[in-house]
Amino acid sequence: MNTTAIDTAGTAPSRFICHEEPPVHNGTLLGFWIYLMSDCFIFASLFACNAVLGTNYAGGPSAAQVLDLPGLAVNTALLLISSVTFGFAMLEMARRNQRAMLGWLAVSGLLAAAFVGLEIHEFAGMIAEGAGPDRSAFLSSFFTLVGTHGLHVSVGILWLIVLMVQTGKFGLTEANIRRLRCLSMFWHFLDLVWVGVFSYVYLAGVLR
Amino acid sequence: MTVKHLRGLLLLPLALLLGGCHLVLLSPSGDVARQQSDVMIITTIIIALIIVPVLIAIGVIAWRYRSSNEKVRHDPEWDHSPQLELVVWAAPVLIIIIVGAISWIGTHQLDPYRSLTRVAPGKPIAADTKPLEVEVVSLRWKWLFFYPQYGIATVNQLAAPVNVPIKFKLTSDTMMDSFFVPALAGQIYTMPGMQTMLHAVINKPGQYKGFSANYSGAGFTDMRFSFDGMNPQDFKDWVAKVRAQGTDLDRSAYDQLRQPDRNAPVHYYAHFESGLYTRILNRCVDPGQVCASQMMSADAKAGHAMQGMPAPADHVDAPSSGNAAAPAQAAKTH
Amino acid sequence: MPEAMPHRAAIWNFLFGRLSLDSLPFLQPDLEGRIVLVTLIVVLIGGLAILGFVTKKRLWGYLWHEWFTSVDHKKLGIMYMILATVMLLRGFSDAIMMRAQQAVAFGPHMGYLPPEHYDQIFSAHGSIMIFFVGMAYITGLMNFAMPLQIGSRDVAFPFLNNLSFWFTFWGSILFMVSLFIGDFSTAGWLAYPPISELQQGPGVDYYIWGLQLAGVGTLLTGVNFVATIVKMRAPGMSLMKMPVFSWTTLCTSGLIIATFPVLTATLFLLSLDRYLGTHFFTSGFGGNIMMYINLIWVWGHPEVYILILPLFGVYSEIVPTFSGKPLFGYSSMVYATVAIMIMSYLVWLHHFFTMGSGADVNSFFSLTTMMISIPTGVKIFNWLFTMYRGRVRFTVPMLWTMGFLFTFTIGGMTGVMLSVAPADFLLHNSLFLIAHFHNVIIGGTVFGVFAAVNYWFPKAFGFKLDEFWGKVSFWCWQIGFWVAFGPLYILGLMGVTRRLSHFDNPALQPYFVVAAFGAFLIAIGILAFVIQIGISIKRREAYAVGNDPWNGRTLEWATSSPPPDYNFAFIPNVHERDAWTDMKKHGYQRPMEGFNTIHMPKNTAAGAIIGVLSFACCFGLVWYIWWLAVVSFVGVIAVAIAHTFNYHRDYHIPADEVRKIEHTNSWQPDTAEVRA
Repeated sequence: MNTTAIDTAGTAPSRFICHEEPPVHNGTLLGFWIYLMSDCFIFASLFACNAVLGTNYAGGPSAAQVLDLPGLAVNTALLLISSVTFGFAMLEMARRNQRAMLGWLAVSGLLAAAFVGLEIHEFAGMIAEGAGPDRSAFLSSFFTLVGTHGLHVSVGILWLIVLMVQTGKFGLTEANIRRLRCLSMFWHFLDLVWVGVFSYVYLAGVLR
Repeated sequence: MTVKHLRGLLLLPLALLLGGCHLVLLSPSGDVARQQSDVMIITTIIIALIIVPVLIAIGVIAWRYRSSNEKVRHDPEWDHSPQLELVVWAAPVLIIIIVGAISWIGTHQLDPYRSLTRVAPGKPIAADTKPLEVEVVSLRWKWLFFYPQYGIATVNQLAAPVNVPIKFKLTSDTMMDSFFVPALAGQIYTMPGMQTMLHAVINKPGQYKGFSANYSGAGFTDMRFSFDGMNPQDFKDWVAKVRAQGTDLDRSAYDQLRQPDRNAPVHYYAHFESGLYTRILNRCVDPGQVCASQMMSADAKAGHAMQGMPAPADHVDAPSSGNAAAPAQAAKTH
Repeated sequence: MPEAMPHRAAIWNFLFGRLSLDSLPFLQPDLEGRIVLVTLIVVLIGGLAILGFVTKKRLWGYLWHEWFTSVDHKKLGIMYMILATVMLLRGFSDAIMMRAQQAVAFGPHMGYLPPEHYDQIFSAHGSIMIFFVGMAYITGLMNFAMPLQIGSRDVAFPFLNNLSFWFTFWGSILFMVSLFIGDFSTAGWLAYPPISELQQGPGVDYYIWGLQLAGVGTLLTGVNFVATIVKMRAPGMSLMKMPVFSWTTLCTSGLIIATFPVLTATLFLLSLDRYLGTHFFTSGFGGNIMMYINLIWVWGHPEVYILILPLFGVYSEIVPTFSGKPLFGYSSMVYATVAIMIMSYLVWLHHFFTMGSGADVNSFFSLTTMMISIPTGVKIFNWLFTMYRGRVRFTVPMLWTMGFLFTFTIGGMTGVMLSVAPADFLLHNSLFLIAHFHNVIIGGTVFGVFAAVNYWFPKAFGFKLDEFWGKVSFWCWQIGFWVAFGPLYILGLMGVTRRLSHFDNPALQPYFVVAAFGAFLIAIGILAFVIQIGISIKRREAYAVGNDPWNGRTLEWATSSPPPDYNFAFIPNVHERDAWTDMKKHGYQRPMEGFNTIHMPKNTAAGAIIGVLSFACCFGLVWYIWWLAVVSFVGVIAVAIAHTFNYHRDYHIPADEVRKIEHTNSWQPDTAEVRA
């Protein structure tokens, strides 16, 4: 095979190269989606722990005794509505209506903050009653799973604030739109995880 | 060819290599270990049927088609052949089907939880035979053996009459260990708050080595015991000796015993407090601890907080899952 | 629960947590203290020498601008390889210490290492070799070669790539620091409870936080590579035209994405147990140690395939190149890789058949384990038939590949033996098991890494590695491996368990002495490798080669050696599987005019800064220095946010500049044919 010819100068058009730079495919949305899938495995591990340890009350309080279902209803409603309002924000973004978008984002952030606030309140109440995460394996897995979700929501709120500042400052640039789309995925993903948490940890937990 | 011949075939070159060193895993003295060893030898030979030709082919093909060899046919474009690829997939599939079948049958037949059906090849167990029961506790870093049928207990020495099935129930005080007498039967984990089981039989009298096969901390290396296979009369004498020389094992003596130490000597107990093994298993040896079995049943009854439960505190090493039966179940279904 | 602080004024406890002068082993007057002191002095002298050299040569600016802040996948790949080699020296000195201890500790002699120290050494050896040698090597190789093979300019997320490196780097530093400040875990490389729950002191915490850092880095790498392969392949390169190494990179990254989060979660739960007194893996309060063992192996078994799959890819590049033939059964190879990737999730329980899971469960996992050997066997056959009717050139990379084929096949055989559950009841936790997994990890991963280093080195630096020292290294490793691990196979059959620090039976000693000699041979092999690199750098002018020294088949050989920052002046247009062979066959000539402006990512310091701050945070957590942990954690968040305010992450290389670079590179001598 004649490999010595490679480096000799030659400008003959060739079918083996792109003479123009091919368009760049931005992988951010795909990459972020893959990250979310990997996050699923973190939650899957925590759900698995809850499945195995969920009835190990160690003589301590059971799920039915400590979990507050009416509070849960309010909490769930807050998070689900924040998902809807985030959807409105995305619609406004598509219309390039920046003010309205920022408004809806702020509403979503406040709803999520209320969700986190209620959750902290619930946790504080349980710990005050002696039903803290060190009381039994059930409570360890409960606090960790719900707390990890809450931590994700808190990170989401922080991210939301940063993006609101950036959009306010730099406008709806291509980069900002991409970031808002990622946050939107994150937001809805956390909603889905919450559906799992409330149906499996709360509802099924109280019933078993 | 029987397994015996195969074993000889396999052992011959190894024996030459080792100059008489004892490969206990290939020639154990207990029927269970022997069957496990047979499974290992048979599968090795079957896999070798494909591995050895492949190893030879690697050398032959690479050398034959070296770039300087002009005497062979070169074909720089040849990169697929449906027939050959079928063979390439089918050959390992066939081998694995055979080895898989052996493993499937062997795994079920030699399940450590399954009662023995024979004490040796061709020697089924008589209907009235009562197996010797031994309850094993691994401690840091020594072994405690209860003989509930004889009311005695020993530390770091296990004895059993030959050709009598032995039924082990095993648990651990703190660490996770693995109970292993290579000459007797394959190992099984011991875990705190859980019970595992093992059935085995020893066919030849003699002193064998037993140890923990799972690392459990600084004293693990010295966590050895002697397993003595005895003729029935010798075993009776041994039991009498333990009764004569032994001390008493109550909760406070156990509390002494469970303190970590290395190289603990053999010790005999002529009596032990009844239910001590169950208490160790349920992690309620100390007065004031609630047994795991009670806690489990309380948890199962809609989990209402028990009256008078001790509050969580670091020093109360409270129970894990299960009562005497349930943890074994937990381990099984896990 | 966090244990008690040292007794001293509260201000000291606030400032230094549980860190005190007693935590410094080199201040202790015992033998262990002396060993650590001597090591510390050697490390300090070596470290100061390097720092002095860099300062004297005024290299700090160069290192910072060209390497530490670089987002170039090639440079990051090379940095991973250097990190892995340094950690190999550390992990191997642990191995030599273990072999020496086991060779002398017989009867009344307890050896020179007390169990507490010996236990730290085997725990560190295992975790370092897996996380900071094996993982760093494969990440380095994938980083360097994959984007070149798929004809792209960089990875999808260049900044994340830099950040991943720094996470891995600082994770390894945390492990190294444990040598001199405090102690390391004695809980084994997987930190099974109850030991990892009960061990006091910072050892297990070092382990947890070191692995958390490295694990996050690896996860980001996995995400990055999948996005790169999916989005950035050259036009015309459909998935089934992709080089096999890139395929194995894709499958490895898929495994990383699906398993490393499980590791992160498991270690997180272990740290909750240790720091906050929760009851996931405790023996009391409803905790379950079996949960940990299952979870850690749900990560751990795919992990061993993460470590081997990229090297299967390397062999699939090397065998066709040095046989002068396309890979036999490309599709079989791809399907086999995908099959291994999927099945590796379904075998984890074979690591604890002896837990008493029952015959049905054990049989299931025994069968899945055996089934995974089918695609592996197919691969061996495919490499074999690739050589068939080829022209095999026994270069150094090919020698390593031959060594792999012999060694790994035997390791596969002992692996199937272990997968038979009844046999595993005898062989579990024995030295036979140790010999088996070293057989596949050394024979598969390590040999593959050396094959790949010899193969791609000319591409990375423009000159070849010395052949003589390469062959010395190969034969020392190959023979040393069998001398070191052959005796362990036999000892395993004698019923000798792993992790023992001394022995009572003097009949075993000769085997351990032989094994120690084998380790010594491997040490010479490692030394020969270092000499090989050193000599080649010294003679780099004489060893200079062209762009395609091996008569390669894939796209990385189509560009200059070393490749320019932008990899390809023109993005290749792919028509066939072995794209570069196809181009050569059709008389492709490299264009020297008509260049375009190239769009490239800019270097950034954020990754290096976040890395340092994360290290500080983890160090604070290990020693309960809470103020440090909090401040540096807030710092991490702040730097990350600040980084997002930087919208100008790209720059353009003007066409003139590209033209200049391309014309400079084309001057290099081009010795196309390399004598085998």
